[in-house]
Amino acid sequence: MSVETVWKELNIKHAHPSIEEVLASGKFLVSGEIGPPKGPDVEEVIEHIDLLKDKVHAMNITDNQSSVMRYPSLATALMILERGGEPNLQITCRDRNRMSLENELLFAYTRGVRSVLCLTGDSVPVGDHKDAKSVFDLESVQLLNMIRGMEEGMDLGGNEMNAPVKFFKGAIVTPEAHPIEPQLIKFEKKVEAGAQWIQTQAIYDMDNFAEFMKTARQYPVKLQAGLVLLTSAGMAKYMNANVPGVTVPQDLIDEMAASEKGKAIDTGIKIMARHIKRIREENLADGVHIMAIGKEGVVPRILEEAELDINAL
Amino acid sequence: MIVTRPKAFEVILKELEDAKSVFLVGCGDCATVCQTGGEDQVKEMTEKLTAEGKTVTGNVIMETGCHELDLKKEFRAHKDELEKADAVMVMSCGAGTQSARSGTDKPVFPANDTMFLGNVMRVGQFEEKCRLCGECILDMTGAVCPVTRCHKGILNGPCGGTNEGKCEVDPDKDCAWTLIYQQLEKEGKLSKMKEYQPPKNWNPELKPGRIVLEREKGGE
Ligand code: SF4
Ligand code: SF4
Repeated sequence: MSVETVWKELNIKHAHPSIEEVLASGKFLVSGEIGPPKGPDVEEVIEHIDLLKDKVHAMNITDNQSSVMRYPSLATALMILERGGEPNLQITCRDRNRMSLENELLFAYTRGVRSVLCLTGDSVPVGDHKDAKSVFDLESVQLLNMIRGMEEGMDLGGNEMNAPVKFFKGAIVTPEAHPIEPQLIKFEKKVEAGAQWIQTQAIYDMDNFAEFMKTARQYPVKLQAGLVLLTSAGMAKYMNANVPGVTVPQDLIDEMAASEKGKAIDTGIKIMARHIKRIREENLADGVHIMAIGKEGVVPRILEEAELDINAL
Repeated sequence: MIVTRPKAFEVILKELEDAKSVFLVGCGDCATVCQTGGEDQVKEMTEKLTAEGKTVTGNVIMETGCHELDLKKEFRAHKDELEKADAVMVMSCGAGTQSARSGTDKPVFPANDTMFLGNVMRVGQFEEKCRLCGECILDMTGAVCPVTRCHKGILNGPCGGTNEGKCEVDPDKDCAWTLIYQQLEKEGKLSKMKEYQPPKNWNPELKPGRIVLEREKGGE
């Protein structure tokens, strides 16, 4: 039975084109992000999905982000499909061995998930289950390669499956990593292992990003710039001190600090809108991935200020 | 070197709650270097247990605690002291403790926690550089082990969190992939880093491991 028939039998519908289709049509890809809740109450997630589903092409769903145990990413992805959005399933190697990753992908495939973002995952002790055993049976490059094998109908044990799968495979890269050279080698390996498009870690320094893109453009992959909403000068400083691979330049911190009291988030929205405009005007990337981390409610405002309407592209 | 760390004394007392008398076993090798089971520590343990009202019937400091044949010999030589003891407390690694297990029917207890296979950096400073994965890939990585020294055991290059050469998870530790990159660059062998490393075989030897050298097999 073809997967399309399976989807029909299970009443699975895609209200939007896939990420692959959006990129292939040459459109500027806009995605948002949904962080699953801590526990079974999904009210807020549903609100966020409904708010974003027609404003962005797709929504990433984080997978126990920062090693904090949460509602499953795949379950949230299915919820996005059920409500008429397009999910981009993040899948990490931290909590599953290769068999479990394969299971998860087979499940996702038959239920209509078309894009997966392959990650190694954060370290267990940074999260809220510090005593848990970390798996890391595979890492991101091997995961990409494993999916490519499954697309040829083979599992990682070298056994034939009864049919192949097909995903649009994504990966991430950190343009601000220090040193950058080893990071670029890894980037190249991800592309060789089958990554078809890339989302970057949060970037703030547009000149540095433009420089990075000169190298990145040499590879046959589309790339979305990752943007994280600044909500205060304190948050920017915190990220500089605590989030490796993320650097907020001083002038942006000053701009945030100069905000009127209680209005810092407005400045954050303004900054992100400005960055989106520049990325589009200078054709720096093939799209943006907007991470509002808990403030998903303001994403429509960001898009409005950036004059970015996916339905008008 | 097997690196050990002493258990808290309260924990040791709890282990020995049913024992009035104890025979102590030290190790002249790793546990001596780690200061967890050498002569000084065995002496100190004897004093502390005596102060708690226990009788220490005797002790032996094994040349190498994990050598089971030697241990059995030593235990035979200390037969009387062992006989008088309600329990045996072993101040070595978990392997040494289990050598003692096979040398007596008495209850055997560990005095230490066994941490890792460590290199001795200087007196009292140990670092884990190999986790005994069974399929060594140091030939590909400039003799810096990513399985062990990368916090996530990544085999195909750094995560995004490398911070000026330090690990994103613990800024006190070097990022293995920065070290590997620097070494391979020096050797003019960055092509090795570009080569895809396939998923590891985590079962090169069925657990628990057991190896018998070919030429010794006849005598088995
Ligand atoms: S690859 Fe690393 S863990 Fe495996 S044997 Fe070699 S040094 Fe040890
Ligand atoms: S910073 Fe380096 S050592 Fe630490 S997890 Fe990342 S790649 Fe591994």
